[in-house]
Formats: sequence, C-alpha cells, structure tokens
Amino acid sequence: MKWIIVVTSLCFVVGCKSEKTEDKSFVLSEFSEVQPMNIIEAENFSIPVYDFDGFEKLMNNNKDKTYVVNFWATWCKPCVNELPYFEQLYTEYKKEGVEVILVSLDFPKKVNEILIPFLEEKKLNSNVVLLDDPKQNHWIPKVDKDWSGAIPATVIINENKRSFYEKSFTFIELEDEVKDFIK
Amino acid sequence: MRTINTLIIVVVALFLSAFSPPDKFNDGYEVGDKATDFELKNVDGNTVSLSDYKDAKGFLVIFTCNSCPYARAYEDRIIALDKKYKEKGVPVIAINPNNPEVQPKDSFEEMKVRAANKGFTFPYLLDEGQEIFPVYGAQRTPHCFLLEKTDEGNIVKYIGAVDDNYQDADDVEVTYVEDAINAMLDNKEIEIKNTKAIGCSIKV
Repeated sequence: MKWIIVVTSLCFVVGCKSEKTEDKSFVLSEFSEVQPMNIIEAENFSIPVYDFDGFEKLMNNNKDKTYVVNFWATWCKPCVNELPYFEQLYTEYKKEGVEVILVSLDFPKKVNEILIPFLEEKKLNSNVVLLDDPKQNHWIPKVDKDWSGAIPATVIINENKRSFYEKSFTFIELEDEVKDFIK
Repeated sequence: MRTINTLIIVVVALFLSAFSPPDKFNDGYEVGDKATDFELKNVDGNTVSLSDYKDAKGFLVIFTCNSCPYARAYEDRIIALDKKYKEKGVPVIAINPNNPEVQPKDSFEEMKVRAANKGFTFPYLLDEGQEIFPVYGAQRTPHCFLLEKTDEGNIVKYIGAVDDNYQDADDVEVTYVEDAINAMLDNKEIEIKNTKAIGCSIKV
C-alpha cells in the first residue's frame, strides 16, 4: 500500500513536468514537499537523488495515470538493452496517461563519471531518478516481497492494478502488459 | 461422517495437486534444505567438490562473477572472509554462474585473469552448463549460501548478501555472513537467515 502511494505520488509530481516547463530539467523537487537528498545537475537535465524513505514519502496521487517504474543501472547490460523499449513505450503511450520512471541504481560515487555521460548520450525522455540507499535488505521487500534484488525489475501500477516483474522485456511484452492497465 | 471427511480430504488433495505450480521444485534452496555437492572446474585447472574438504565444518558458497560491479565491490570482502574463516573450517567456494557466451567477460580464461589479479585465496569455479546455480536457486551475483556440514549432508543455514552496505565496507552496520558463520560455529541460532540485495541477474 505504501508503495502505491509512493509511486503514484512520485508520478503525480513528475506528471506536472510537461505542463510546467519547456526545458529538460527534471523538476520533481519543485513540486514535492519531500526534498531529495541531493540533486545532480548536468548541462541539460538534473537528477533527483532519494533514499528509499524519501522515495516513499513523496505523498500525493494522480489516479489518472499508469506508472511504469523500471529499476536499472548503466552497468546492467540487459537493463540498458531494454531502455529503448521503455522510451518507446513512453513516447507512444504518454497520451494515454502512461508515465515511465527510470530508477537508476548506479553507484552514487560513479554518477559523474558514468551515469551523467550515459544520459547525455542517450538523451532519454523518461524521468530518471537515482535511488541511493545501501540498506537494500530494508527496501527491496517493500518494492515487492518476491523480488530477489536482481535487475532489471519493473513495477507497473495504477489505481486498479499493480504488477511486479523480475525480468527483461521486449517492446511487445511491455506493451502487452501496459495495455492491460490502460484498457 | 468419517467417509465424508475422508472424501473431502481426498478432493482437497486432488485439487491442490492439480494446481500446484510445475516449477515448484526449481525454486532453489531454503534455509534448512540439504545442498547438493558438485564437481566444477577451478581456475587452477583442477575440479573441486565440497566432499574434497574432509575437515571442513561448513562452506560459504558464493555465486559471483567478473562482470558485475556489485560482485566486484565485494571481492576484497570475500577474500577477507575466506582468510578469516578458512582456518576455522569454513572456506569460501566461489562459483561463476554466468554463461560466457552471453557475457564474454565471464569466460573461464577471464576468470583465471581476475582470480590472479585479485589474488583469490579460494577456488573460483565455473558452473559449466549452468546446472548448479538453478539447483541452489541463486538469482543474482553476488549471492551467498552458507552451508553447515553435518552427518546428514550440507545443510543451508543462510542465504543472501555478504553485509548491509555494498557501497562502502567502512559503512557496514550488519555483517550478515560473518554473524551467521559465527553463530553456526558456536551452535547458536542464526538471527538473520535471509537477506536481499541488489545484484546482477545471472546471464543465461
């Protein structure tokens, strides 16, 4: 239940982005009463950094949207391979109220060296946040009790339905799952 | 009345058996299960089995690999664990579960290089054919299985992470594996028997 609130709230905040700003900045923090621990500023975007409790406290909700929350990292090959499908999903289903949130689990110490250049190169349209919380045994079960901790892992959620996937997706598989949520 | 009860039991049993998931036996070990032995190729060219260790009191079997940054973050700590507990009868046995065709950085040749560069003090085995990791139920690298050697076989005592901070060994608050080994060697109840951690998926 908590998780639902987290994701929906996070997404509500994220959802405001498009109507509010023209630039590519990720403006999650502007709308949230919960400050990120840190905001990493790059040339064309910024990435809010949360620990899991912060991530969880983003209280709000937007019942109209379906959220696709993908846990990934630049060092995870299958994660990187499937990022284009999440991007494509976002592009094609944005109009239907689908938001994609890419939760990076990159090593915080390597953000400037690895994550920022990666994002500069890929020019992702989906929202990227960095989850910096080493107490994984505490928060992994809160995402899903069946999650072993391996990535990629994805949660799809809206007001009616919530599913967790510890697997890699093709675009078709991802689209099929999301269609179940927006019909 | 009795027959009705029996009938109900039979019907329920049939119902349950019909709907039990087919992969029920492929989910891997839980704490308390007896772990299988194996015969896998080590980076030194020999094969290694748990039964080779006549005097061991247990084993710390760790599924790990070259290519995963989380696994690499733990290499020094795994070496330290081996040095500390080998002499107490609980050696580390590292197994690379990845398919080298999918992740060339985890080939047997690359394993040899990594083991030499890092100065691994423990066997580093390749799960050739990927038959062992699914039996154990390893789901990511690194993934630890602490086994206690008993007359009934090697019993799983702990499954999970090395400790509670992958980022920085100095910030660790709970040393899950060490606590589990210490309790096991003292014949005490292990407090935390299962933990979860982020890791790389196993490449199949």
